[in-house]
Amino acid sequence: MTDTVERKTLTREHLLDVYRTMRTIREFEERVHAEFATGEIPGFVHLYAGEEASAVGVCSNLDDRDTIASTHRGHGHCIARGVDVSEMMAEIYGRKTGSCHGKGGSMHIADLSKGMLGANGIVGGGPPLICGTALAAKLKGTGGVSVAFFGDGGSNQGTTLESMNLASVWNLPAIFVAENNGYAETTSSTWSVASDNIADRAAGFGMPGVIVDGFDFFAVHEAASEAIARAREGGGPTLIEMKFTRYFGHFEGDQQTYRAGEVEHARAELDCLKRFAGRVTETGELAQADLGAVDAEVAALIDRVVDEAKAAPLPTEADLLTDVYVRY
Amino acid sequence: MARNITYREALNEALAQEMERDESVIVMGEDNAGGAGAPGEDDAWGGVLGVTKGLYHKFPGRVLDTPISESAFIGAAIGAATAGMRPVAELMFVDFMGVCFDQIYNQAAKFRYMFGGKAVTPVVIRTMYGAGLRAAAQHSQCLYPLFTHIPGLKVVLPATPYDAKGLLTQAIRDNDPVMFFEHKALYDMSGPVPEESYALPFGEANVVREGGDVTIVTLGRMVHTSLEAAGQLAADGVQCEVVDLRTTSPLDEDTVLESVEGTGRLVVVDEAHPRCSIATDISALVARKAFGALRAPIEMVTAPHTPVPFSTALEDIYIPDAQRVVNAVKTVTGWTR
Repeated sequence: MTDTVERKTLTREHLLDVYRTMRTIREFEERVHAEFATGEIPGFVHLYAGEEASAVGVCSNLDDRDTIASTHRGHGHCIARGVDVSEMMAEIYGRKTGSCHGKGGSMHIADLSKGMLGANGIVGGGPPLICGTALAAKLKGTGGVSVAFFGDGGSNQGTTLESMNLASVWNLPAIFVAENNGYAETTSSTWSVASDNIADRAAGFGMPGVIVDGFDFFAVHEAASEAIARAREGGGPTLIEMKFTRYFGHFEGDQQTYRAGEVEHARAELDCLKRFAGRVTETGELAQADLGAVDAEVAALIDRVVDEAKAAPLPTEADLLTDVYVRY
Repeated sequence: MARNITYREALNEALAQEMERDESVIVMGEDNAGGAGAPGEDDAWGGVLGVTKGLYHKFPGRVLDTPISESAFIGAAIGAATAGMRPVAELMFVDFMGVCFDQIYNQAAKFRYMFGGKAVTPVVIRTMYGAGLRAAAQHSQCLYPLFTHIPGLKVVLPATPYDAKGLLTQAIRDNDPVMFFEHKALYDMSGPVPEESYALPFGEANVVREGGDVTIVTLGRMVHTSLEAAGQLAADGVQCEVVDLRTTSPLDEDTVLESVEGTGRLVVVDEAHPRCSIATDISALVARKAFGALRAPIEMVTAPHTPVPFSTALEDIYIPDAQRVVNAVKTVTGWTR
């Protein structure tokens, strides 16, 4: 695959931030994968490795006014939105110091103060909520936009389709990002999505539909930038479809017998981090040493947050009954 | 100053006063103005029930018509609530929860707990429930027990115009998600309602009639059925204490238990189906916590375990009536070991 996107000029700091965030997601997920295998991480964990360019390409266009809703595969979106990585890891370990004090886990990491309305255990759970946060921004006149991330599986949920219609009817500053990683659990999107592309469905809801190479940060950033700018200016919603694949199974423990070699190909030939590094070093915007320094910094960060999570206290029985209601 | 207005007007007044008081209160639902995009009037209906009539022009931009997409707009109300608004969404018939329940019980109800106390979701979902209008099986259900079962939701069932206004005002000001149940047979009921704004607290049952022989615990439309029965029984010298729960979540256990401690007999009157219901819940509460006071087995008066029938002949016997309540009271007062 070749890079054909003409990118806007990004500052050196911005490029380093992008690389750092994508590398953090990758390291976080590779490490969770390894730690999960030891049996110390409870519950269901769905990893985002391979898809980093989507979360970072979209979220690097967002600011404090904006809100995103994520999916069960939400770690990348959280990190891209600036959720504290140490608190995230602690949450995944079920610790009291976690983002949700150990009451949410991998599938429910949220930080509303960062405009992150939660990973979501329900496929198609996020798009209706995002219509609401977008409506709030519109009524308050903040200029904020809201982004719903969902997968190819979520693209087949009625909630998602209803929400795209509502977003157009209400002309909301909402962006629908379909992360088509090829599989809804084991089921291929080439089979489960009846249209050729998820983006084709945009026409049915009166909004632009864009297909993007989800392994190409610059392509994602460009497409998201255009859609988000349009939404901020009152131009309404956009559907963006990322095409790529995930590097791990549906969940940790998935033997992936339904797949046949595409991960190896993607890791070797398409990988978003390699392509990003190749481009920015080729243009001279960043040096290999810059990237190497980030790699070392991120590796140390992930080592630290895993150690912190393992050492952190568990919630106690007293925590069981709190925060069901604001007041009851 | 109180004057007589209908349950519908009381709800409308609560909405108008809260929208006046707080700019973050918005209203949304199917036909809540009515006529969106149509060539005629643009406040054509005010909701199918007329509850939101007139708000569209009084509060420009804050009454939103929606497509028939309950998942999307109930979810949007919930999302907006997390972002600083106080939306009041209308789920036309509670029977339609089937096409949006995920947003209510998996999203709104769980945000606060699941996110470690960091979310506030002050949404009100108003909905119409109950039998009596020959609306048949998919437009007549009660279903409030299903919502009462879910931690994180509050469940409110006003029985009178006075309660409708005060409880809706509280629901809008409350910081938790509230399911607000309006009985379709009560909209035209009139009663005294103060003009000024007031809020009735949740979790405080209302003793609507005092009496020393039998406690009748009830809610919603059945409050009136129970009062009718209590009136008939008083003529026979049986004094019933009628307790209107007002909210099933939170539940005012103390008032129920104190009443049964005084009377020693309990009849629960609930329009919902008999299994896993408010009737069984109250019965279990009293059996566990006031067992020593009971002088007779607990009686339950409920709808049968069937869908709501259409035919007038069938629906009239489906809905609990005063005679059934009278019979149940006579059973508990006449019981001997």
